[in-house]
Amino acid sequence: MAVYERNYGRYRGELTPEWSRFLILPRYAWKDVLDSRIFVGFLFLCFLLPFAGLLMIYLHHNLAALKFLNLPLEQLQQALPINASFFRRGIEFQSWLCFLLALSVGPALIAPDLRNNGLPLYLSRPFSRTEYVLGKMMVLVSLMSLITWIPGLLLFFFQGYLEGGGWLADNLRIGSAIFVGSWSWILVISLVVLAISAWVKWKPVARISLLIVFFVLPGFAEALNAALDTWWGYLLSLSTAMTKVWAALFGLEAGETRLDQLPLWAAWLTLTLGCVLALWLLSRRIRAYEVVR
Amino acid sequence: MSNDPVIELQGLEVHLGKRPILKGLSASLSGRCIGLLGPNGAGKTTLLHTLLGFHPASAGTARIFGRDIRTEARAVRAEMGYMPESDAFLGGMTAVRFVRLMGEISGLPSERALERAHEALFYVGLGEARYRKVETYSLGMKQLAKLAQALVHGPRLLFLDEPTNGLDPDARERMLRLIHDIRDTGEVNIILSSHLLRDVEECCDEVLILKDGRIATYCNLEEERRANRKFLELETRGGDEPSFVAAVEALGVEMATSGKQKIKLVLPEGVGVRDLYRLAAERQVQIRRLDYKKDSLQDIFLQAMETETEVAGHGRL
Repeated sequence: MAVYERNYGRYRGELTPEWSRFLILPRYAWKDVLDSRIFVGFLFLCFLLPFAGLLMIYLHHNLAALKFLNLPLEQLQQALPINASFFRRGIEFQSWLCFLLALSVGPALIAPDLRNNGLPLYLSRPFSRTEYVLGKMMVLVSLMSLITWIPGLLLFFFQGYLEGGGWLADNLRIGSAIFVGSWSWILVISLVVLAISAWVKWKPVARISLLIVFFVLPGFAEALNAALDTWWGYLLSLSTAMTKVWAALFGLEAGETRLDQLPLWAAWLTLTLGCVLALWLLSRRIRAYEVVR
Repeated sequence: MSNDPVIELQGLEVHLGKRPILKGLSASLSGRCIGLLGPNGAGKTTLLHTLLGFHPASAGTARIFGRDIRTEARAVRAEMGYMPESDAFLGGMTAVRFVRLMGEISGLPSERALERAHEALFYVGLGEARYRKVETYSLGMKQLAKLAQALVHGPRLLFLDEPTNGLDPDARERMLRLIHDIRDTGEVNIILSSHLLRDVEECCDEVLILKDGRIATYCNLEEERRANRKFLELETRGGDEPSFVAAVEALGVEMATSGKQKIKLVLPEGVGVRDLYRLAAERQVQIRRLDYKKDSLQDIFLQAMETETEVAGHGRL
């Protein structure tokens, strides 16, 4: 089979390993999203806070720089200590950037394939539904990792390196909180956005649906809690459950009386149920053909 | 190409919901290009989808190149190319990127997939338009792009579901020429599902006719053509037609009725046209028309629709 010959010939060359084929989807998707200047600009902005964090950690350990900036070390340590709260605030902020990233990239991941009947083309090949979902999920997971736990852990290790004297060992909980918390949030948000993309074909409506899940439902949960004087309403709110989980992972208080009443197991349960529901929705939708019963 | 079976159906049954769609299909298909015919709802597309692993078999199984579709689905799909009936592409992609992605998903390394994508698009005649987005293509071009993605990884078995659907005469001719060409390379077996008898007759050497989820006929068109068997077609009016049919049958004539007052028959040794006229006259049946004809796919199809018999070798009227 050659362009100039214009004839058909079978392919008898080597094949790529089967396990690696789901990574083809993110490779193609990255090219698409990085072709957008707006998205690249947004991605650049996502690194501002980690960079500011890096600067802050550096200043905490460089007296010459502080002297040059005319900043006393004690004041800086009082105003912005490098501790669990510092990392928690940073990672929580980055998590909301994750949400914006999902809002921008997510709705276009599965919906166009369904709209254009592309799934039979994937699934008629040695490529399973699981690999398809995993591949699409990798698009979000990779981009979100780039702005959450990767810079978070780099800052953590940088602080440990500069602080020395067993700081890393003493604060291992911070490192694990950054890693586990970020991954939990990434998984929840990725699965929810993929499920929405699989069921809502129109991008603006998919975005509105995502806003409903992460903003309207928490508002409803608050109203329910206020009306019934309970914390059960939080079981409807993925973002509130995540706030509770963050606080617990970093060993801090959530900061709100009612939220502090929410048991940790209930927060994890909410996140798990959110993921299970999203997976169920995906399994119902990601099929080569719809079966009309 | 060997005569080993391409597809073996072994009591294959498929239910969608509680509805039985395929009802115990058993056959061994070994043609280079096998036509899949049947009226709407006969189960053609369900059969293709089951072979592709889209629907699970409720009972029985099928083997493709000796591999069980239930236990070796992945290996089976690696050898297949599929061109769906309806519009199917990936939005926002140029044809070359789309076909390359499909090649990579099939396991081709990235560089080879790009190379083959260019080759496949030139081969189907989209070379000049390969950098255009697929959604901007005309219907005929989209059909060709679907064919290119089905060919890019060089499959051994090609499933073409209604490949000439919605094409103008020129585009249809081009598509059929391509199918001929692919078939004649001898490197690939083709399953062509179509409701257009002419398409199947032009391209296929075997035909499987489905009706209500059952195999109505499976025959080798090549053998039929070689046998070049002639038969008589009668058109009758009035009189006691059922009695006439029964009397003709009693003479040992192979026969089938196709439509009202149309009878097709093959006369055995010792029975002549004169006998038919005699029997008709005795029952006041008028023979309005009597033609010698050759078996055509249309006749095979019509008879299959009427008789609905299970496959019993290749011999039929």
